[in-house]
Amino acid sequence: MDLGTHAGFIVASYALCALTIGGLIAWVRLDKANQERDLKELADQGISRAASGFGSTRKS
Amino acid sequence: MAFWDYANPTRFLRLVHVVLPWLTGLCVLAFAAGLYMSFFTAPEDYQQGDTVRIMYIHVPAAWLCMMCYTVMSISSIGTLVWKHPLADVSAKSAAPIGAAFTFMALVTGSLWGKPMWGTYWVWDARLTSVLVLLIMYLGLMTLWRTMEDPIKAGKAAAVLTLVGALNLPIIKFSVDWWNTLHQPASVVRMDGPTIHPDILWPLLVMAIAFTLLFFVLHLMAMRNEILRRRVRALRLRAASASHPGAAAATAQPAE
Repeated sequence: MDLGTHAGFIVASYALCALTIGGLIAWVRLDKANQERDLKELADQGISRAASGFGSTRKS
Repeated sequence: MAFWDYANPTRFLRLVHVVLPWLTGLCVLAFAAGLYMSFFTAPEDYQQGDTVRIMYIHVPAAWLCMMCYTVMSISSIGTLVWKHPLADVSAKSAAPIGAAFTFMALVTGSLWGKPMWGTYWVWDARLTSVLVLLIMYLGLMTLWRTMEDPIKAGKAAAVLTLVGALNLPIIKFSVDWWNTLHQPASVVRMDGPTIHPDILWPLLVMAIAFTLLFFVLHLMAMRNEILRRRVRALRLRAASASHPGAAAATAQPAE
């Protein structure tokens, strides 16, 4: 594909967006893994929502 | 089930679990179609040549950075007026996503401006007001991180978010109110779009893809924030159980 004389600007724009969106996806996935790991560590210590008396309909 | 029933985080998490795979699939399909149209079916612009293809990411990113702030503003009203338990979760989770979309809009605009305007940046009203929006996002993210209690942080951030919402009409109408190097609106106009359909359709498909991406990321980030608050609540409860009266000293930050 020939993007003309300004191909560098076009490729840089799309590459930057891909990197930024990739970074956002990595951030949310990493954050989820961190929170789930923390919850599991607490559960392993016997500290869980069920043990703390949180009902399934209560606000956390 | 009424909308307000989803104020319960557990129900909300169940809803996210069901909806997220479908939204993600739609988002991937929309991006595949949008990128194909942007590079293979959309023609060159008669003046700008192939650089018009930057528009297919620049304009959706610019729309989404404003939509994201609108979502945060509505969430802030939910925090201050109705004390909806998910409102400040929504606002806090949207801020980094909005900052990323604003960053994309500014940088792709700059990369489009250099070959078309001859400069990467001018301090005109549109560019400057979008830069102010990015600073607002970064300021709000900082405010949330500086306050330990997420409820107090949510209220303070909600007030600041609503003050910052004054910038939204300034961004939208800056090209009409002042002489700017940035062009006036050519899609969202009272007299209809001024863009040829061959160029307009790829733009609209990419805008749908960016919108779906925002909702996917927002739901994922909200889920994470709910889990973070659960971790915090459990740590506080465990601390107060093991050291009654010392819970405040052992309180963990929300992040």
